Amino acid sequence: MWMVGPIGFAAPLLLLGLIALPILWLLLRAVPPAPIKRRFPGVALLLGLQDDDAETDKTPWWLLLLRMAAIAAAIIAFAGPVLNPVTHAAGTGHLLIAFDATWADARDWTRRMDRAAALVDEAGRDGRTVAVVRWTDAPGEIAFQAAPAIGQRLPGITPQAWAPQDMAAWAQTLPEGAFDTFWLSDSLDHPGRAALMAALSAKGSVAVFESPRPVIALHPPTFTNGAIEIAASRLPADGPLSLEVVARGPDPAGIDRELARLPITFVGSDARAQGALSLPPELRNRITRFEIAGLRSAGAVSLTDDSLKRRKVALIGGRDDREGLQLLSPTHYLRQALEPVADLMEGGLTDMLQASPDVIIMADIARLSQTETDAVMDWLDEGGLLLRFAGPVLAASDVSRINEDPLLPVRLREGGRTVGGAMSWGEPKTLAPFPESSPFHGLPLPDDVTVTAQVLAQPDPELAARTIAALADGTPLVTRKAVGEGQVVLVHVTANAEWSTLPLSGLFVQMLERMAVSTRPAAIDAADLAGQTWVPQTLLDAYGQPLDAGEMPGQPGEVLAAAMATGPGPALPPGLYAGADRRVALNVIAADTTLLAAAWPLGTAIEGLEAPAETALKGAFLTGGLMLMLTDILAALWVSGRLSGMARGASVVAALMLVAPDAHAQDAPLPGDEFAIEATSAVVLAHVMTGDGRIDEVAQAGLTGLGDILFARTSIEPDAPIGVDIERDELAFFPFLYWPVTTTQALPSAAAYARLNDYLRTGGMILFDTRDGDTPGNSPEAQALQRLAAGLDIPPLEQIPADHVLTRTFYLLQDYPGRATRGPLWVEASPPDAEQIEGMPFRNLNDGVTPVVIGGNDWASAWAVNAQGAPLLPVGRGFAGERQREMAYRFGVNLVMHVLTGNYKSDQVHVPALLDRLGQ
Amino acid sequence: MSVTLQSRAETLGQTLPPLMAEAELLAATVMMGEHGRRRAGQGDEFWQYRPVNAGDSARSIDWRRSARSDAHFVREREWQAAQSVTLWVDPSKSMGFSGDKSRAPKSDRAQLIALALAVLLLRAGERVGLAGHATPPRPGRAQLVKLAATLASDDASADYGTPTADGMVSHGRAVFLSDFFGDVAPLEAALAAAADRGVRGALIQVLDPSEEEFPFNGRTIFESMGGGTRHETQQAGDLRARYLARLAERKDRLTTLGRATGWHVTTHHTGQPAQSALLWAYAALQGGR
Repeated sequence: MWMVGPIGFAAPLLLLGLIALPILWLLLRAVPPAPIKRRFPGVALLLGLQDDDAETDKTPWWLLLLRMAAIAAAIIAFAGPVLNPVTHAAGTGHLLIAFDATWADARDWTRRMDRAAALVDEAGRDGRTVAVVRWTDAPGEIAFQAAPAIGQRLPGITPQAWAPQDMAAWAQTLPEGAFDTFWLSDSLDHPGRAALMAALSAKGSVAVFESPRPVIALHPPTFTNGAIEIAASRLPADGPLSLEVVARGPDPAGIDRELARLPITFVGSDARAQGALSLPPELRNRITRFEIAGLRSAGAVSLTDDSLKRRKVALIGGRDDREGLQLLSPTHYLRQALEPVADLMEGGLTDMLQASPDVIIMADIARLSQTETDAVMDWLDEGGLLLRFAGPVLAASDVSRINEDPLLPVRLREGGRTVGGAMSWGEPKTLAPFPESSPFHGLPLPDDVTVTAQVLAQPDPELAARTIAALADGTPLVTRKAVGEGQVVLVHVTANAEWSTLPLSGLFVQMLERMAVSTRPAAIDAADLAGQTWVPQTLLDAYGQPLDAGEMPGQPGEVLAAAMATGPGPALPPGLYAGADRRVALNVIAADTTLLAAAWPLGTAIEGLEAPAETALKGAFLTGGLMLMLTDILAALWVSGRLSGMARGASVVAALMLVAPDAHAQDAPLPGDEFAIEATSAVVLAHVMTGDGRIDEVAQAGLTGLGDILFARTSIEPDAPIGVDIERDELAFFPFLYWPVTTTQALPSAAAYARLNDYLRTGGMILFDTRDGDTPGNSPEAQALQRLAAGLDIPPLEQIPADHVLTRTFYLLQDYPGRATRGPLWVEASPPDAEQIEGMPFRNLNDGVTPVVIGGNDWASAWAVNAQGAPLLPVGRGFAGERQREMAYRFGVNLVMHVLTGNYKSDQVHVPALLDRLGQ
Repeated sequence: MSVTLQSRAETLGQTLPPLMAEAELLAATVMMGEHGRRRAGQGDEFWQYRPVNAGDSARSIDWRRSARSDAHFVREREWQAAQSVTLWVDPSKSMGFSGDKSRAPKSDRAQLIALALAVLLLRAGERVGLAGHATPPRPGRAQLVKLAATLASDDASADYGTPTADGMVSHGRAVFLSDFFGDVAPLEAALAAAADRGVRGALIQVLDPSEEEFPFNGRTIFESMGGGTRHETQQAGDLRARYLARLAERKDRLTTLGRATGWHVTTHHTGQPAQSALLWAYAALQGGR
């Protein structure tokens, strides 16, 4: 290959063709462009005119240059130019391609595979044998095979979700003889790596490949101070970096969704950064996993187990009339015990049932109302836990004496008993060991827990089965029964220290835990895990994707405990493991994991994944040559004058392309601006588009006619009317809306109603026209109007009184005809205290404009004019009809005047003039 | 031969109604003016009753009016003199030019204006005819059909049209529609002859916008529409200024000519609506009265 700078040529001899270019120059120059023939009458005026110069006889030099460049590009392209051609020395002997294949490799696994495939291909060309190994596998024999065989196996190699288990053991199983090694490292340090490296170096040269991208790991979240704290680590730690941690979990419909998102920022060269996420308990309890957005790696995923879940506990204590005695409060110890581990709610029972708590604790509450009982029963049926504590009130009541109360597990004997008190015989009683069937089985019994008073259960056939804790003398201390899906538990002593010392002991907290009232503290130790079999429920692959656990056998707690300390392995992949009563998440990254960079011996060749790629430039040169040819066509057309039409079009396009971004940036009209400007540049009457074409046309023509009359007779000079779509258009621009009511128009949407009400409240007026004035009665249009107006904010209405301001805003009117004459007209009712003053022609009526005018006289038909300004529709008969039309116009004028001037004509100042006009 | 004639007649029959309808439509946009002479004379409109003078024939007495009084009255009509208007529409090939596919040729526009003017004039009771002896001025709507037929069938083989004063009625009116790109001498002669007979009128120069702009570039051979005249240039764009100067000079010549003979001159572009030219022509004919 012949090189010019970084470009090599596959067929350099072809470049000799460039010598021919000067000859081409001469040839092309000799041939002028062909003339174009035009028929043109004005040629008579051209006769005798001489050209200024004969230069264009020859092809212009720049066109020549263009053509030569095009041909030169073609010649160079066929000479096969290649940028950065790869030249390498062939290796010899065996080649071992080793992957760390851990979760940290998963983020750019395809690129590693590409690199490995390139290596295998290269080895195949050089006739070398190859072996591929994953250090995460169990140590075994390494066999060198022919490169093609390895190349076929290569796609089947996937990363694992754990770290290499025993690198030092691999050092022992390396094959005999010398071989070279390519180690595709995940850039993390693993135990035994140095020993393995030494062993490999002894066999031959070792080249290490490391990805330049940082490794990012997500630590398990912890619950502190009411918020979830999430930490992430990275390697290498340089430069600021922002991540987003996504909390995922099922939504109420059970579909896995993103529930929350938390940004985490690494500042400077921090290796670890953390953030706190505060979520409502409903949401928090649903989270199943946290993951770093956009990273596909098991290390960027942290599954959550029960340690993050907190139960909602409703606490109801009686006797809240006693103030100040906090230590005597029946709920004090409960609150102390539960506050760190559960979400407590306090309040009324019915209120708290709305929040669907997991547990309701009632301390010394005897009786509930029937509705409360029913509500609690419903809640129990759905799986609630009702925990009740006894107390003086319960002991004194007659609840569950003869018949068992549905909300108590046993019948109670009257009065309870007191032992070991000042006035009784005997010692305070201690607890008996918990039986095996009890949920408390296995809890250690402190010696100092004594009971001095309790309520007693009536002996019943089921009593023994329902007792889950008893005193040393066999009297039940805690009883429970199942109700539906849920259960009711009664502790026969108080929740405070009045009757026993149980609430003061650690046993109380443990018992609450066992009853699943509270959840366990976040930290689990080996002792908690030991003795149970943990069955995998969900597993993670190296990419952090959940896998079905399938037939994976359960593991004993000791093994899991060990894995919690050292990290997951092939036997215990990362995932969620379920024990008897709780689930534990085994994550790739533990809370205290630190990412350590792999340290390679001095002199090791370390490459990034990217090698400078070979780029063939043939296509680029050919494309360039083609572009030049196309340009040449345009240029040749232009030179010969055949481009006039096209050039104009092209220049317009070019100008648009140049100008358009600026125009957008500076004064691009916003959508809707045009409408707003049209509607506000002058007074514009508007009508509501009903969707009925004929009615909309008439409404448009009617408002046009009214506008003409207004223009001619008054100082109102309206523009052409606009039809508005109440669902879409802004109404605020219009002082007046004409709304012909049709039976076919759909009711406005809620948003449209909101806008209409807004419009009415802020001074707009709507004239509803049912167009049924000639057929009085409950017409379909009137019914449609009733339906329509139900959602509108319309004040009380009355038939227009004779002294309404609408009768005198411009003309003095007594009736309001349109195409029909008889329909009544309804306006906002006058205030009830409006009094007519003696000698005045009208009352002092309401301020402001009536927001609606409702009638049925079909005014638009009377107003409607055609394009020539002549009446569009007949009104009445003969001259009387024309008079009626005139009165309809006058009504319209008065209406628009009323809209625009309000109650101006209501002012008493006008009284003398009006009296004069009225002839009184 | 008969086939050619028949097909041409059919083509004509097909094109005539739309052309006339278009002309009528155009004419409808112009309101009719007054044509009365404001004095008694020949005409249809009532002018006045006057007492009978000696010499009035008995036939002229309006007996109905006279019966209402003792005297006899003669019913006089307003004098309505019909004017003769001669139209000349350039039939030459150069009028067949159109600079753009979206525009009709100049001849279309010239014929449309001429016919619309004829509609107006005929409706007003004037006599309208075409220059030459084929279609002398006559009144009535039937003349319109004849005019349209003659206009549509009229096509000369010459590159440029030569106007003629033949067939003009003395003291009548005349309208010439052409691009006036041809030799000016025949036009001068025609106008001089017309002026001698007391005929005045209007010259409407119908041009295509591209003839006004000369939007050509590059090496071009210009040919007249008939192919009779050629001009080759290497750089058409360079000729633009000089062409425009010559065009202006030609227009100026026409204006001067019009001023000398009392004719109105205007330039109409096919890119503009025909109505403007019609209005102008109408006003020019009225103003000259």
